Amino acid sequence: MKINIRTQAAVKNKLRFSELKKNFSLFTMLIPGLIHLILFAYLPMFGIIIAFKKINFGLGILKSPWVGLANFKFLFNTSDAWIITRNTVLYNVLFIALGLVLHVFVAIGLNELKYKIVSKTCQTLMIMPHFLSMVVISYIAFAFFSNETGFLNRKILPMFDIEPIDWYVTSGPWPYILSIVHFWQGLGYGSIVYLASIAGIDRNLYEAAEIDGANKWKQIINITIPCLKPVIIIMLILAVGKIFNADFGLFYQVPQNSGALYSTTSVINTYVFNMMKSGSANSLGMSSAAAFYQSIVGFILVVIANAVVHKIDPERAMF
Amino acid sequence: MTAKKNIFQIVMNGLFILLAFLCVIPVILVVITSLTEQSTLTNNGYSFFPQQWSFEAYRYIWSSAKHTILNAYVVTIFTTVSGTVMGVLIVALYAYPLSRNDFKYRNLFAFFSFFTMLFSGGMVSWYMICANVLRLSNTIWALILPSVMNSWYVVILRTFFATSIPAELIDSAKIDGANEYTILFKVVLPLSLPGIATIALFFTLSFWNDWYNSLMFITNEKLRNLQFLLQSMLSKIQMLNEADGNAYITESLANVPTDNVRMALCMVAAGPILVVYPFFQKYFIQGLTVGAVKG
Repeated sequence: MKINIRTQAAVKNKLRFSELKKNFSLFTMLIPGLIHLILFAYLPMFGIIIAFKKINFGLGILKSPWVGLANFKFLFNTSDAWIITRNTVLYNVLFIALGLVLHVFVAIGLNELKYKIVSKTCQTLMIMPHFLSMVVISYIAFAFFSNETGFLNRKILPMFDIEPIDWYVTSGPWPYILSIVHFWQGLGYGSIVYLASIAGIDRNLYEAAEIDGANKWKQIINITIPCLKPVIIIMLILAVGKIFNADFGLFYQVPQNSGALYSTTSVINTYVFNMMKSGSANSLGMSSAAAFYQSIVGFILVVIANAVVHKIDPERAMF
Repeated sequence: MTAKKNIFQIVMNGLFILLAFLCVIPVILVVITSLTEQSTLTNNGYSFFPQQWSFEAYRYIWSSAKHTILNAYVVTIFTTVSGTVMGVLIVALYAYPLSRNDFKYRNLFAFFSFFTMLFSGGMVSWYMICANVLRLSNTIWALILPSVMNSWYVVILRTFFATSIPAELIDSAKIDGANEYTILFKVVLPLSLPGIATIALFFTLSFWNDWYNSLMFITNEKLRNLQFLLQSMLSKIQMLNEADGNAYITESLANVPTDNVRMALCMVAAGPILVVYPFFQKYFIQGLTVGAVKG
């Protein structure tokens, strides 16, 4: 019996070796990608220990002294920790919920348009904002919100007899502004996935429904939306998994990183960046603590989200 | 019944034409502003129907900022082209073995790449590794190397290879004595051009529109790409506005581009993408749907 196990192990070892021999060139193909992943993704994962250190650029990550949880104590003693968590989560909840409704609506609508030329043109135009960088978008926003020459202050507000607003120091309206910018940029692009799924629905279902006398509205409610349900659920859960991760470009570029707006525009990503760039050892520590907090909570959320997907539809689970 | 259908069509068409119009109108405002005379802008503000049209903004850019702009174009084009070539190569080389069913450790390596999408060390440690360990600050590589590998693109391309290249084809090439590299470059890639095009366009767009790596690592003015040049100009203007009245700053105010020049710069940076994207959008759509199906 023992001998049998030993020979099995030997055979297994031999097989593993022969795999390396047989597919040696396939292994070599992986090398550039592996090096990149190790340098730019796995090394930073270990670098996350700096959240427990007093960072000293001169000494580097490894030699900087340990300080235990001091960075976290500093971070969570400020009101910032609460504000950035609240902002990140609330913005993402709004983006997910309203985004779902808008994207599904646009996909169904584009699909219903009778003339393909109209729906294709509309789709092309609606996708356009996705191809602009956030810097360009911040310029476009500036054209609307600039104090002296902006379109809103000079054209729109006077029509309603409202005094000009100093947009870049007034934090109140920014949740609306950022949401509008977000949905404007993603409206066409976000609906692509749903549009593709609609295209995959069996046409016979609609023909049968029509013979039974169902109108368009009934067809959408009873055929299109039920058929989209699996995709909707998956997209929803995946988005929930990323709820701790904000779009850095949107929250950094569009409000032009104006300090007066932080109460409504600061999210974890921009906070980490600003604290890191401000350079003092104390803020650097808080920055790394916030980055650690985001990574860990984000990871837990993704794992939970994936477990839920696995339960619903194992084919769609990520791992 | 048909009358009802017609009303439905009219309402839907009207609604979507309006939505599409709302999506492009802000960009149209930028284009019009860049073609408006500055005095009109100062007096009346931004407008869709300016009193005075003019090319003065573009003339101003060409005469006074020619070298800065051209330099930024060179940086952007160099990083976009070399980054895209390197990126496609690295991603294709990584995705191909993962698409082969007879490659025993494909799932292990797929997970090694995939895990980086689930967990990251965060911005601070990533920055410190790039700046202090890899010493990328203020080098052109800072704009290229961090972005030449993407786990999401690996998933897309692996799916593309696995679904569009029959295993028998690879087997018969092997029997003919071809090695793996010959098979990849002579058989698989030529048959996967739509997939390669999708990945290449994803890379091109992200390199052309990248300002993040510049924001992180670049202070040297010679290494500013288009997006970063644009960004530094906008923040310069903001800073000046906030510190209004300061004598030292008012003096240098003369160097600051005015509104129409600002929007003209915006068009200079975004124009090329806006002109070409309608011809390539089907590849973006394809990449997104392939990714979503298998993601």
